[in-house]
This record gives sequence, structure tokens and C-alpha cells, in this order.
Amino acid sequence: MRVPVLMLLAAAATVAACGKKAPEQPAPEPTPPPAAPTPAPAPPPADDSEARRRAEAERLAAETTRRLAAELTAMINFDFDRSDIRPGDAAKLDAKAAILLANPAVRLRIAGHCDERGSDEYNLALGNRRANAARQYLINKGIAADRLETVSYGEERPLSAGSDEGSWAQNRRDEFEITAGAERLVAPR
Amino acid sequence: MRRALPFAVAAGAALAAPLAAQDSTVVREGVRVVLSYAPGSRPGLVLVPGAGLDSVRAIVRRDLDFSDRFDVVLLPDPGGGATGAGSAPFNYELYQKLGASFALELVPRPDGAFARLHDLNGRREAASATVQLPAPEDPGFRMAVHHLSDAVVKWVTGTPGVAATRFAYLEGNRLHVVDSDGAGDRVIATAGTKPLSAAWAPDGRRIAYTAFADGRGAIVLQDLASGARTTVAGTGTALNITPAFSPDGRTLVFARADVDGTNLVSVDAAANCCVRRLTVGRFADNLSPTFAPDGRRLAFVSTRAGAPQVYEMAADGSGAELLVPFDYGATGASNAPDWSPDGTAIAFHRDVSGAPQLFVMDVASRRLRQLTSVGRNEDPSWAPDGRHLAFVSDRSGRRQLWVLDVETSRVRQVGTVGGVRLPAWSRRLATAAVSSTP
Repeated sequence: MRVPVLMLLAAAATVAACGKKAPEQPAPEPTPPPAAPTPAPAPPPADDSEARRRAEAERLAAETTRRLAAELTAMINFDFDRSDIRPGDAAKLDAKAAILLANPAVRLRIAGHCDERGSDEYNLALGNRRANAARQYLINKGIAADRLETVSYGEERPLSAGSDEGSWAQNRRDEFEITAGAERLVAPR
Repeated sequence: MRRALPFAVAAGAALAAPLAAQDSTVVREGVRVVLSYAPGSRPGLVLVPGAGLDSVRAIVRRDLDFSDRFDVVLLPDPGGGATGAGSAPFNYELYQKLGASFALELVPRPDGAFARLHDLNGRREAASATVQLPAPEDPGFRMAVHHLSDAVVKWVTGTPGVAATRFAYLEGNRLHVVDSDGAGDRVIATAGTKPLSAAWAPDGRRIAYTAFADGRGAIVLQDLASGARTTVAGTGTALNITPAFSPDGRTLVFARADVDGTNLVSVDAAANCCVRRLTVGRFADNLSPTFAPDGRRLAFVSTRAGAPQVYEMAADGSGAELLVPFDYGATGASNAPDWSPDGTAIAFHRDVSGAPQLFVMDVASRRLRQLTSVGRNEDPSWAPDGRHLAFVSDRSGRRQLWVLDVETSRVRQVGTVGGVRLPAWSRRLATAAVSSTP
């Protein structure tokens, strides 16, 4: 019979929604009337589960976008007076490259930063070098150059105000900002 | 004379000599006798007490002290020793007994002052001048007095003093200008979020700086009096820093940081056009240019050997070679070079045990001298006299503006502002008034 099958589908949809909805009550058996046709009730159950599937898919997509955006904007750090990419950070850049390849509309702005030591003006050049290092790494992974812009803050915008190695290490960094294509990110295959 | 004195007076009167164009036009000289001055000596000078001109005397006394050319003899409370205006014979013996070689009289005049310098050893008047001075409340007053002090230094040594100059420096998000003696500190409104890398145009009326915002910045040339701003050609994109004017003011060289690294660029400053790249350092950064006084060579910072060091090249970018020697792998980073006004020396800072210290190198002999050792000392800027350096030091606990005399090693703190960065010492200023406007 038709009704039990539909009830099964409704139950399945409920399970897929992680139990967020209260289990539906099965429709009561209609008392045997004269042969008048039963008017269709409001939205047929098939459209409801479709809407729920779509909503679920969108929620998943939004989560994926957030997760991938976080990977795209994760910072990388540098040794004192150095601009070479450290081995631990190469993996972060590889992840960014994969996301960028899967999302051709995305553009990034890479900002290089320094700790407070060293000449003020030299640090602007060093920050520029750090931004360029990450940019070149991504270009070498196949990202088009015009998707990646660079800026430098030198020591002008520290993350941490302290004058100890811990603060300095935090401040020696590249930051990544998504300047286009942030609305929807799909995971690399 | 019982012993040889460091000063001798050449016989014969000298004609009044016209002052250099950069000096004040308000000091009119009378008779001037040529004096022999032994460089490095600090003759005693006494400011003769007198009626009136209290603020003038205070400024002149401080300027002469800050010149590091004199041992300024302070008199006990003025009582006797009335000098008149030449009405009575000058009491040379009295002042000589105080250990002075010179005595300076300042006498009020209707529109200013009359200044007379006495050579105590020669027992004669050495020089005199009439100075026009605005009223003490007038914004041009202090600078006019500084011009007088500079004339006195010139009378003795042959070179004008540097009292009639100013410092530009950065603090927080602000550009400051302050007189050489620390008075009149004012904030100049600038373009962008934060000014960086301020440099005086040789005319002393404009400052070039980086209008830093969001990791980029154009170089803006701003007139101090009117506030009018011009964006320097070729700096509309990327991050442009460390501007430096050629001595004739016709060329501006700066560093541009972009995807090709940091490289030196020159531009025709008068026509504001004709941008030319001077360095092509694919694997090295080049920045912080400073011109030799003949305008034909530039010193600059380059990372071509790894850590930043000081190099030189022709003004067209050719012939780059090392300027300040270093031991590869051992010598600390060198930055912020400034070529002295007479071309004989390069001042810069170099890391020593992790802290920057001031150094000066004699260009001819390549001999290095470390000038500081206490705290962190950086970003030196030469005074027009080629013997004083403005710099930033944290020896007091805060980053402040200091001045060091290379010849005597004397240091003095300027003003009270903390968090000072990147000072620039102006040339001798022709005009006095600077407004802090729009």
C-alpha cells in the first residue's frame, strides 16, 4: 500500500536529519466512508523531504566553505630575518594550492609581517619578501599569478605586543585574506 | 703672551662678508676680523649679561652650548660688568679671568638686537651684526634667534652653526616637526593611515614621506606651510619607501616593494615624471638610498650578500659595489645609511650583539668607528655641519630623539616625546614660520 511506503520515506528523512525533528505520527487510518474521494491534504510528503534534503545540502556546503576558508586564511610563520617557507608550513601552502585549484574564482591577498627587531624600513622589505615567498610557492603549484596579490606591513601591525621570543615568533608571519570567491568553496577532489 | 693660545687674530680688518644664501637674511654683519680656529678645540665663551633680551639670551646660550664648539661660561648673577653699548671700554680682563676666549654682547635695538663678539685674547672686537627680530610671540621669533646663534658660530669657526634647523620624525601615526633645540614640536597632518620614511626636500619647505595604508603606500611630497600634497610619479601602486632627494633637489630616489622584490627607482622631482628603475635585484632587496653631496653617487642597503649591508653605485644605477666592509656570516645587519654633507663619512647603524648601534665610516680610509654602546641606537641623520647626528635611542627607557656630536661624543636628548622613529635633520632653514595646518 502506498501509505506505509510513504511513512517509511518520512521516517528515513527524519533519521537523515540527525533526529532534529520529532518523529512524525503516522496518519490515522481513515474510517471507511462512502466512496467519496479524499481531497489531497496540504504539501505532499515527497516535496517536504526534498526541501529538507536541499537545506541539508546547503548547510553542508556552508560548513565546507567555512572549513576551506579557514585553511585558505591560516597563517604561516618564519624564522628571524628569513623569508624561506619552513617545512611545516609547506603543507599548509599545499592545502591552499589544492583549494585554489578547485575554486578558480578565488583570489587571495598575502600580507607579510615582521617582529619589531631590525630596522623599521628594512622590515617593510622583509615583509614584502615573506609575502612574495608564499605567492611564488603557490604559483609553482599552478596557481595563476594574477590571483595572488601581496602587501607588506613590516613591523607596523604586530599580532602580539610583547617583546619576548614568543611574541616575536607570532609576529613573523604571512596572513592570507580571500578577496574574491569566498562565498562558496568546494573541496578539492 | 705667556703661553701659546689656540687663537690668533689675523691683522687687518676684513670687509663685511655676505652671508651664504641659506643663512638668514635678517642678520646684517658689520666689521668682521678673521680668526684662526683650531678644529676640535672648545674655546670658552661668555654671554655678557645686560638689560633686556632675556629670551634671546636663553636661546643663544643653549644654541652655543649645543653647537659643541664652545665651553659656554656661565656668569654668576649679573651685577657689575655693565657693558652699555660700547659706551665704556670693554672689560676684557674680567672675562678672560673666567677662562673665556670670547665674549658675546647682546644689546636691544628697536626692531631686534645688536650682537658683538669680542676676541678676549686679542683684546678687540672680532665681529658684530644687527639682527632683525620679530616679537617674542611671533611664530618666527625663535628661528630668527637661531640664525643669530649660527652667525656667532660662523664668526669663530668659519662654519655656521646648525641651530636654525628642524627635525622631522615619526611617532605613532603622526609626523612631527620640532626645532633643533626641542622647542615647538608640532604634528603635521598627512595623507594615508600612517606616515613613514620622512625626508626633507633641500629647500626645507617640503617633506616627502610614505603615505602608508593597508600594506601599500605612495610617496607624497607635502608643502609644510600650505599643506599642499603631490603624489610622486611612479608611486601610485605597491609599497614605496625610503625617499631621498639629490642635493640639488631635482631627483628623488626611493625603494619600491612589490612582487619583484624591493628595488631602487628614481624620478624627476621637479617635473614629477620620468620614472626609472635603478636596481634589478631579482634575489636581493635594495632600499634606503642616500646621495653623496656631489649628487653623482648613492649609498644604499642591499641584501645581495644575505644580511643587509651598505653598498654604493652611480646615480644612474651602474657600478654597484660594496661600500662598508663586513665579515660574511659574522657582521651584523647594517641599515639606514646617511652620507655626510661634506662627503667624507657614512653614518649607519649595525647590529652588535643583537642591538643596533651607530657607526660612522670614513669613506676614504674605510675606517669604522662605533659611536654608541648603551641601549638600542638607530636611524642616524646628519646635521648640515657634518659633525652632529640625530638618531633614535631607547637608553632612557623609551625610544626618543637624541643628538650625538661625533667629535666630542657628547649626547643630548631632544624634546620629551616617546616612541620616536626615523628622524630626519633638515638643512639650515631660510625661513622661519611653519604651520601645522590642514
